[in-house]
Amino acid sequence: VSVVVLKKGLLDTIQDNGRYGYQHIGINPGGSMDKVSASIANMLVLNNTNEPIIELHFPAAVFQFTEPCVIAITGANFGPEIDGKLIPMNTSLLVARNSTLQFKRALEGARSYLAINGKWDIKKWLSSYSTNTKASAGGYKGRALIKDDFIEIRHQHFNIHKENKAVVLPVAAGYTDLSTPGNAIRVITNNEYQRLADESKNVLVSTPFLINLNSDRMGYRLKGKFLNSVVNDELLSSAVTRGTIQLLPSGEMIILMADHQTTGGYPKIANVISADLPKLAQMKPNDSMEFKIVELKEAEDAYIKQQQQLNRIEEKIKQELTNILANESY
Amino acid sequence: MQPTIVPLGDSALTVIFGTSIDEETNDTVHSLFNLLQNADIPEIIDILPAYASLTIIYNFEMIYSDHHCSPYKYMQNKVQTILKDRVAQESNFITDIDIPVSYDESFGTDLSAIAREKQLSISEIVQLHCAATYKVYMIGFLPGFSYMGKVDKKLATPRKAVPDPLISAGSVGIAGEQTGIYPLDSPGGWNIIGRTPVKIFDKLAASPCLLRAGMKVRFQPILLDEYHQIKNTQ
Repeated sequence: VSVVVLKKGLLDTIQDNGRYGYQHIGINPGGSMDKVSASIANMLVLNNTNEPIIELHFPAAVFQFTEPCVIAITGANFGPEIDGKLIPMNTSLLVARNSTLQFKRALEGARSYLAINGKWDIKKWLSSYSTNTKASAGGYKGRALIKDDFIEIRHQHFNIHKENKAVVLPVAAGYTDLSTPGNAIRVITNNEYQRLADESKNVLVSTPFLINLNSDRMGYRLKGKFLNSVVNDELLSSAVTRGTIQLLPSGEMIILMADHQTTGGYPKIANVISADLPKLAQMKPNDSMEFKIVELKEAEDAYIKQQQQLNRIEEKIKQELTNILANESY
Repeated sequence: MQPTIVPLGDSALTVIFGTSIDEETNDTVHSLFNLLQNADIPEIIDILPAYASLTIIYNFEMIYSDHHCSPYKYMQNKVQTILKDRVAQESNFITDIDIPVSYDESFGTDLSAIAREKQLSISEIVQLHCAATYKVYMIGFLPGFSYMGKVDKKLATPRKAVPDPLISAGSVGIAGEQTGIYPLDSPGGWNIIGRTPVKIFDKLAASPCLLRAGMKVRFQPILLDEYHQIKNTQ
């Protein structure tokens, strides 16, 4: 199947779980912002969870599939439609020859994930499919998708005969319980938390912060009360990571996201826990969050629990899809 | 100073060796970096050496599924053992490199401002910049961006308050006592004194970044003609 971009979106890039092993030469990991949704999208099409997916921002691109294939859409709900008909999220879908996929409304969340069954004909750069737009490398020609781009995909496992009908396969993955309800974002404090004035430590956990408009895959700038630090000497640059919360000289905070730089010189006051990064990745500009400080143990336990839930979801989907493949012909 | 180990979030830890830019501390950082690289520990997915600290990004899932314990505690123990038993490690790669630079004013857009500010002639600036051997203390900011030091105090110029919107790949700059080369076209706040025709970042190369932390760099002044000759052979 060829997946053809009929119309470009705001920022639609090929991603995977990220490019690790190169941060010492300044090449950041990148990867999907919401790794849970990206993984589940791949599970629903029987791909390995580190296969490439397309990460979509609203307004998203319009795609056409030249042959029947199996797809799934997870993450943000942008009101996906196949040939004008609304299709369910978080579900395996068999689409017909020359189907058109478009996204009509930004209903919920910030990033949607499109997985397509099979082996994608794109090359890895430094052992990852993720698009590094700064280095113009990886993904599809090192850039966001534009009109007339196309990706060749050789479908696997599914033996598709019927060509003219879209089918919603009876396999779905509800996974809202993988994140905590509400707008709390759990953090663990970092080394330079002690630089905050006592009053600011209180402000950090007792007042809401909004995501600023100029927030992107590199980082979220936060809008809220300013924080004061009691020490103002300059810090030496050192490594930062996804979820690191830096305190800018202005007293504002920035949370580093997937395309963060590898090092930074601003005080690192806290780090969002791994289990809450997918939830944070689905927050949009002007969404509000409240920080909750937890111990490292709670952060580790939450991430272990999330990984175990993901493994269970993967087993369930695999079993159901295998049954379908054994009993039905498409 | 005894190194201290602190968590950086729940999937990384930082070993802190000091709080200042000095070569001895930085040598300790790179020695540990080389040691960890040679040890080839499967749970470690990234190692980031900085001026006076080293950060390890670890594979949380792998550690937990193999050992059923706190991934942080597991890595902390591992690193403590390595720190206790460590012996100085030599680097695996070429460590000395000469980089040709054209200090032509069409490239060195901040040369005249520095000359005015520091009461130096442009040729004195070039001479001072080329006289020293610089150590790459760390790589960060951009793919292959080198933080080198230290430049002669007479050349030390603070970062610009307002960054330039576009600095060309290959531009050589000064920020405080640091000097560095922009590997890609990028916005940036360093004071630009010249440009190298050598590719600092080449995405098609097996090893895309020319410079690595721990290397020693010397700048060779070249004429504008030579710049173009070398550029054409790249």
